[in-house]
Amino acid sequence: MPIAATMEAHPARPASTRRGGLFVADRYWAAAFATPYIAVFAVFVIYPICYGVWLGSNPASYRALLDDPIYPRTIVNTLLYLLFGVNLKLALAMALSGFFTRAGWYYKALLLVFMLPWAIPALPSYLSINWMLNGQWGLINNIVWDLFQVDGPPWLDSPNLALGSVIYGHIWKWLPFWTLIFLAGRLAIPRELYEAADVDGATKAQKFVHVTMPLMAGLYLVCTLLSTIWALGDFNAVRFISGGGPALSTHVLATLGIRNAFELGDPGMGMATVLTALPLLIPLVILLMRQLRRNQVAV
Amino acid sequence: MSLARTARLSRGVTHATGAIVSIVLLIWTLLPIYNIIRVSMQAKEEVLSTSVVPLEPTLIAFQTVYNQSYWLLKSFWRQMGNSFYIGVTVALLTLTIGTLTSFVIGRMRIRSGWMLTNAALLTYTIPMSFLAIPFYSIMGKYGLTNNPIAVIAVEVTFATPYAIFIFQQYGASIPMELDEAARIDGASPPQIFFRVYLPLMAPALVAIGTYALLLSWNEYLYAFLLLSGGNVVTVPVALGKFLAGDEAPWNLLMAAAIIYAIPPLIIYYAFRRKMTGGLTMGGVKG
Repeated sequence: MPIAATMEAHPARPASTRRGGLFVADRYWAAAFATPYIAVFAVFVIYPICYGVWLGSNPASYRALLDDPIYPRTIVNTLLYLLFGVNLKLALAMALSGFFTRAGWYYKALLLVFMLPWAIPALPSYLSINWMLNGQWGLINNIVWDLFQVDGPPWLDSPNLALGSVIYGHIWKWLPFWTLIFLAGRLAIPRELYEAADVDGATKAQKFVHVTMPLMAGLYLVCTLLSTIWALGDFNAVRFISGGGPALSTHVLATLGIRNAFELGDPGMGMATVLTALPLLIPLVILLMRQLRRNQVAV
Repeated sequence: MSLARTARLSRGVTHATGAIVSIVLLIWTLLPIYNIIRVSMQAKEEVLSTSVVPLEPTLIAFQTVYNQSYWLLKSFWRQMGNSFYIGVTVALLTLTIGTLTSFVIGRMRIRSGWMLTNAALLTYTIPMSFLAIPFYSIMGKYGLTNNPIAVIAVEVTFATPYAIFIFQQYGASIPMELDEAARIDGASPPQIFFRVYLPLMAPALVAIGTYALLLSWNEYLYAFLLLSGGNVVTVPVALGKFLAGDEAPWNLLMAAAIIYAIPPLIIYYAFRRKMTGGLTMGGVKG
């Protein structure tokens, strides 16, 4: 997953001397230089999109999908995953980014440890969480037994707990990444603003509401949109923490699409599953692209 | 209350919240990681036990992985090699395509540059997994299933947009006058690209090269769909196969997972400043 950056607004450059007079030879060079990317975009983005829409254009696939008892549950799961996964994670990240602005070697060292989930590949972590939450032999229930001498809940064998576990895994894995983004955002706020607020006798809460929040609002919105889109496309958390189970009750659209296409061998229905996310995805993409262009923030 | 006492009290509160938050954070962060290490150090019989701490810690799981003496692990090192080969190829291609495109948009400033930027932006906002089904069919048509080229192609496609953003952003800090001076000396666009642009972009090249390598190293879904078996499988795909069986050699799985996680861990911490360097370049613009 991407490392982060906040994009600098391009400073207005003086009109280049050769702006109007790009030599003819230069034009050929420009075309030659741009060709590899145009080719990649056409062959691996545009063509698959068109092909996918065509695959998912059969009304019978949608009828089959609506008859599938797993499908409504999947929609609810997807929405819960986005709602809780994204918002809990970003709210926590915002709070923690404030915590990590504290000075001193101790907080720097803590931040290094805190970054670990981001640096470890997703698969080992999700597999570990899967086994850690095993009702019979998992670490969590072993600890619960040692402390309280009672059996812990069967985390992955109950639909609601299993979905909660997937959301927990998602937050665990991605919290450090967003905390670092917000931390960079906070550190970029000029200190003078806080000093001026101190002079006026502002409390910590007032400084957060009147200085930090207005300046971070744009970044927070972009992060929410981007994180929602990424979570919508996330396959690994569900696949490796709950496996879609128990009894197919924790699938999200991304995993159900792959299941329908490959396990059930019906690419049309798989594509139809994925395409039903478009009413949510398209507004998100439009909003995000507008925000990115306006704020010049890239994550 | 005297002022000094209030100050001391508030410092005390700060320290106390700092300590509490730290403890919660450490437990939260380290629990799943401790679990990986714990299970990897258990013997086969102990995996299905109620122990919290390994009773008899052993490195036998690592030895089994190292010697590839379990059927699911019989080509583990080969798979590490595949992951590495695909990752390096993806990084090199992403750097090549990304720098060329950002050079056209940022330095040659052709009129239709905004279309390239928008194409990149669009690709960046599409969830990768949503194109997996058509991509699989298309690669089948080209006869590229079970061929690393297919995985490399899709990973380059999804790594390039971010590369273009960062290169453009970084390139904006390189004065145009350098290009113009080179032009007056009679340099052609390729000469400017190789002699002026690329050397000055070196820090951004390192950051993006690392990013693309890790994106590829961590990628599961496409590798799983496009590389079905034999000698071309990458490590994440092999780890995923452990879950399919009834027998659960979790100690071996966790040992293999640790070995697989070590290269990215080293890279993250070694390049930490470079990777978070991009973070602090811009700032918040509300």
